[in-house]
Amino acid sequence: MASVKLDKLNKVFGHDHIIKDVDLGIGDGEFVVFVGPSGCGKSTLLRLIAGLESITDGELRIGEQVVNDLPPRERGVGMVFQSYALYPHMTVYENMAFGLKLAKTANETIEERVMATARILQLEELLHRKPKELSGGQRQRVAMGRAMAREPRILLFDEPLSNLDASLRVQMRNEIARLHQRLGATVIYVTHDQVEAMTLADKIVVLNAGQVEQVGTPQELYQRPLTKFVAGFIGSPTMNFLPAEMVAGTTEGCRVHANGIGELDLPQDPGRHGAGDALTLGVRPEHLGLAPASGDNSFEIVNVEYLGNEVYIYFEPKDGDTLLIHRSEAPSCWEIGQHAALLPSVANVHLFDSDGCALALISTRDAA
Amino acid sequence: MTSRQFRRLATRVGFWVLVAVVLIYAIFPFYYAVITSLKPSSELFTVSYWLDSLDVSNYVTIFSQGSFVRAIFNSILVSISVVAIALLLGVTASYALGRVRFRGRTTVMLVILGVSMFPQVAVLSGLFEVIRGLGLYNNPAGLILSYTIFTLPFTVWVLTTFMKQLPMELEEAAIMDGATPWVTITKVFLPLMWPAMATTGLLAFIAAWNEFLFALTFTLTDSQRTVPVAIALISGGSQHELPWGPIMAASVTVTVPLVILVMIFQRRIVSGLTAGAVKG
Repeated sequence: MASVKLDKLNKVFGHDHIIKDVDLGIGDGEFVVFVGPSGCGKSTLLRLIAGLESITDGELRIGEQVVNDLPPRERGVGMVFQSYALYPHMTVYENMAFGLKLAKTANETIEERVMATARILQLEELLHRKPKELSGGQRQRVAMGRAMAREPRILLFDEPLSNLDASLRVQMRNEIARLHQRLGATVIYVTHDQVEAMTLADKIVVLNAGQVEQVGTPQELYQRPLTKFVAGFIGSPTMNFLPAEMVAGTTEGCRVHANGIGELDLPQDPGRHGAGDALTLGVRPEHLGLAPASGDNSFEIVNVEYLGNEVYIYFEPKDGDTLLIHRSEAPSCWEIGQHAALLPSVANVHLFDSDGCALALISTRDAA
Repeated sequence: MTSRQFRRLATRVGFWVLVAVVLIYAIFPFYYAVITSLKPSSELFTVSYWLDSLDVSNYVTIFSQGSFVRAIFNSILVSISVVAIALLLGVTASYALGRVRFRGRTTVMLVILGVSMFPQVAVLSGLFEVIRGLGLYNNPAGLILSYTIFTLPFTVWVLTTFMKQLPMELEEAAIMDGATPWVTITKVFLPLMWPAMATTGLLAFIAAWNEFLFALTFTLTDSQRTVPVAIALISGGSQHELPWGPIMAASVTVTVPLVILVMIFQRRIVSGLTAGAVKG
């Protein structure tokens, strides 16, 4: 197992600058998830680490070693592909033994390692089958087994669950999490699914347009997103965004006005922003309270979704066309067509400036 | 009988009549060749569609000629060499053309396709000089060289198309496992390319086996000839007699290996030709 360090990593394809100055440290045994929308460069970043793409500029270290110019087999990495990419003409055993054979490992060692890996992944019964005789979940496990059999220092996963159906995906997600706990391996995992990212990661790296937006634990990303992009990407249903205007900013906090909400006193540091500046108010669906409509500050309910344990209520926004969402425990007495006032829980409201950067909270020590 | 039943019957009868016509058209010439080859020469010109008695004297005649046996051996040598060389070069070239990104890849593919459009006659005299220059005149190696020139474009084109359809991730998985390009080709791609290789290999074999023009032009002596030329040069007792019996016996003899090969590979040929047509 080993740590990984990315230093100002860049990748250029022709005229496209795919990865821009990515700095990142990954600790020994950490489970790191790269997440972002399609085309954000997360897969490219993984392939740079794997050695399947060449690094245009910057430095990549695995352990203490700079591996920029090493071929994949000398980097000590194992990779699980989205389509599994099992060798169709080989049995499960041969698939897992292939890399070891190429490394000229002694036959006894190969057998020992493959059997040990098969035991961990519960593949012992399947060792003599061909990939086409396996189910999706089994193929997935064989793909992991093939990556693990060579005992790599780092395991790389490229959207490994996106070919599975929903229930199997949840099951495999659990298996991967338990596997990581047991092996303590350093894992880098790419996904576009923020639920996978939240549930698996020790550390999430949110990527956008080839740049790192934010690095942090799932909790940090959910509770304190540094940018509007991260705030909108993490969490389901997504955070509500309302245009707002700074009314007054002091060392005590900000007073902002949002259309349909009214004025709010928030614990954010106004920083360089003054009265009249345009801001964006961000509130997660579970941090909104509902009250009977009074005056202008109300929204019309356009849809109510009953999910059994929860109810999502959708409101017609005052500006833009993205519906506002309120999330509460079932049951709910609200109905389509009614008007209601939305009351954000002040401690959980986020403020973003026109560049999409979050305004920092005034720290508790300063406020006290 | 109602008109609907009648129509169904008529359709069915019509279908089988059509099948019979096609079968007779395709198979009758070969059938008649087999019949003729098994008749004694005295009965050759009495028309009959059945065999009354088996007479293998024609086969004895041709196999007792050392030059015909030698020609079969030459044909086998040339055809197998052409297939082996074409597949070796074809697979390696298709890896480069199908898998490696480089400038001018499309141009190369178009040139390959363009080369295969030249008729044999157009290059005959030029190729003759080349073969003379290389000292391969009247030598099976000269035929192997010239057949390979005409077989390779097709082989490369088909194998490249097939290679492009193999998933990229398979190759990357092999790279992650530490495979060199050569190992990737031989251990990962080759086992998956058997259908395409069987198809192109068989077509190359048939082309080399049947080829006449080059074989006639580039060989001089009986001992270097291939079967098609040898058959054409079988002569009778006098200038005015064509020995149909031995000619038919020789034709049947050289057709049989092809029929056997096609039967062995028929399933693979179909899957090779339709590969990638539908997702599967």
